[in-house]
Amino acid sequence: MKQVLTGNHAVSHAARVGRAQVVSAYPITPQTQVVEKISEFVADGIMDAKFIKVESEHSAMVACIGASAAGARAFTATSAQGLALMHEVLHWAANARLPIVLANINRAMAPPWTIWTDQIDSLSQRDTGWMQFYAESNQDVFDSILISFKVAEQVLLPAMVVLEAFFLSHTTEPVDFPEQEEADHFLPPRVATHTVDPEHPAAFGGLTGPDHYYELKYMEHNAMLEAKDVIERTAQEYGDVTGRYYKMADPYRCEDADTVLVVSGGVASTVKDAVDEARAAGKKLGSLKIWTFRPFPRGEVRELLLGRKKVAVVDRNISFGQEGIFCTEVKASLYGQDGAPPVSGFIAGLGGRDVKVRDLLAVAEAAEKDDCPEFNWYGVKP
Amino acid sequence: MAEVPKKLTIPPEEYICSGHLACQGCGAALAMRYALKALGPNTVYTVPACCWSVIDGPFPYTTLGVPLFHIAFEAAAASACGLAAGLEMMGKKGVNVVAWGGDGGTADIGIQSLSGAAERNDNILYICYDNEAYMNTGVQRSSSTPWGAWTTTTPARHFKNRPKKNVVDIMVAHQIPYVATAAMAFPEDLVAKVAKAKDIEGTKYIQILASCPPGWRMAPEYSVKSVRLAVNTRMWPLLEVDRGVYKINRKPRKYTPVAEYLKLQGRFAHLTEEQVQEIQEMVDANWDRLLFLEKSTHEMAGLPLKGEKAAAPKGKGSEAAAG
Amino acid sequence: MTEKIEIRGACDMPPMAKSLGRMSWNLTGSWRNVTPVIDYEKCTICMLCWKFCPDLAITCTEPPQIILDYCKGCGVCAEECPANCIDMKEGL
Repeated sequence: MKQVLTGNHAVSHAARVGRAQVVSAYPITPQTQVVEKISEFVADGIMDAKFIKVESEHSAMVACIGASAAGARAFTATSAQGLALMHEVLHWAANARLPIVLANINRAMAPPWTIWTDQIDSLSQRDTGWMQFYAESNQDVFDSILISFKVAEQVLLPAMVVLEAFFLSHTTEPVDFPEQEEADHFLPPRVATHTVDPEHPAAFGGLTGPDHYYELKYMEHNAMLEAKDVIERTAQEYGDVTGRYYKMADPYRCEDADTVLVVSGGVASTVKDAVDEARAAGKKLGSLKIWTFRPFPRGEVRELLLGRKKVAVVDRNISFGQEGIFCTEVKASLYGQDGAPPVSGFIAGLGGRDVKVRDLLAVAEAAEKDDCPEFNWYGVKP
Repeated sequence: MAEVPKKLTIPPEEYICSGHLACQGCGAALAMRYALKALGPNTVYTVPACCWSVIDGPFPYTTLGVPLFHIAFEAAAASACGLAAGLEMMGKKGVNVVAWGGDGGTADIGIQSLSGAAERNDNILYICYDNEAYMNTGVQRSSSTPWGAWTTTTPARHFKNRPKKNVVDIMVAHQIPYVATAAMAFPEDLVAKVAKAKDIEGTKYIQILASCPPGWRMAPEYSVKSVRLAVNTRMWPLLEVDRGVYKINRKPRKYTPVAEYLKLQGRFAHLTEEQVQEIQEMVDANWDRLLFLEKSTHEMAGLPLKGEKAAAPKGKGSEAAAG
Repeated sequence: MTEKIEIRGACDMPPMAKSLGRMSWNLTGSWRNVTPVIDYEKCTICMLCWKFCPDLAITCTEPPQIILDYCKGCGVCAEECPANCIDMKEGL
């Protein structure tokens, strides 16, 4: 069934079709429509869930943690300041090994106040132990959320699906939903283990010394490694059900590409037009969408980028004084490998500045120059 | 020779075990012991950073006979709300969901989360065991530290010179069905209140005064005596607020002077006679305020005070209070 | 009393820090400097000592008995005993 939906409503529907049982969320622009729609679903009885109207994002994540610890499928959505406020307990959710799913509307961090997009909010949570999926379209948003629930519940790590403020959250696109029965078959009810249950009393998260803490982290790391295989398998399964196949590193016209633009989020959609235009003009340009930032598709990135003449990474984020965060991850994947190409990083689109087809073509052209700097601040007005 | 006694004033079943890490004479350990007797095994606890985070024991051990979900310092109430919602969705009926936190996690860093839960009237029981400072981190001042007390962040020359934060009245202002004070020196009262609260739908708040011998700079054997004195001097009145109607549970016929309570504890040793008198006046004024609240809220609800005849209800809420 | 739990490594651990047993292996009796001794001639079996022990180190029996393995020697029982029949003795 196809509906024309904004990204935010795609999130709401995914939470509904994914049978989230406890939703606790706090409004923040531009996420508000997500929770308003879910409120309606719950009030109208078409979603069998409890919606806790918490008083802050920190409490939103904590309530999800409690609900998930009890064994329920828990979901929330937020953005920027809200995600940052949750930071302490994002660690908690992952370290407690709870399969919570969160939709984050990528919004730039204040001050100054801004409601427009960039990726710093979610990328700042890189090391919390959450899986991260960067959606390129509203369809991707919906699908990634269903896939996330399944993967999270298997590897016992939480997952966030991110979508750009306004470009996806408020833009309508066609979204094809699986029927509820199909979705239930793909995503059955959660089979929770190690729950907070009076019939099996235990303490969770008690003081742990150096003798044992280290091994807990080792297991958490291994879960993230395991997630790679689980994501691949689950995406394959999802593709078999819906016809839409997702890849952790998704190439577009890269087969004989000399130059590859590495992108994420909505830019991964725009870039395809840029690639087509370049190809029409005889250039061997390709693009590579990174769908999962964590776990990072290191192997796939190597396979797809080794031997290229040039790689340009477009980052809608910045790690101050260093470079774009995807760029660092790409370079780390290529380090020491035979045939590692020169990589130029390009910052673009912070704070919602538009990244157009012509911008991406300009980036590709700049990257191809022999004297292209390692780091570029695209289009800045100094 | 050894038989189980026939006359006990509190239930004999225990839901904690020996071997826990509480200090000698810990009031918080007694508070927990009594609360669990009232709650029974169909209970889950969530505990923010506080003494009990450590008392329960390190991984891989626990002291409680019910599940204990540790959570971040400021988040006990929200954690309880999430647990309650999750347990309900899992089809587990009638589980007592309890947030158990110290005064720091309740009155200071945790107050937002608590206020949020109370405003929503989520079905949780929030119990604050109040030892009147951040004891777990080494006796720093909290908003619940009483006026005049030494703590490591309010040393004697700059003792805590703000009144003890009145979380009870803050909770009453949220219009939740049940708010009460208790003290671990009065186990029967504590057990009765927890047992009553657990069967009420909505947010319930109980604040238990729990002594801390090291933090109060007091010999451990006075753990119970000191809190008994707190109640008998009216420093810590035992009361309940049932749907907004105040009831003082214990009205000592003779008021013990506060000096009797203060002199047991090193944290008050620096106080001058004038300062002790100031405390006495604060206690007297607070008692008068409580008596007034008791009388006026009974009147509003059309309920007689003990020993008086019923009057016509004066305001809204009388049905709820009478019911 | 329970046994201490041996954890060789990740193989013996659940995925998160979840307890596997109780604290009762921990014999807190070693914390004591003074030890309560009940004079059973004076004991009225009021059970206040059992009631007020933070460590459950007094049996709920007629008469009550100190559990030396766990008693931390806090002295609350001695202080609270209305018959004054509990003495905190050194060197035991």
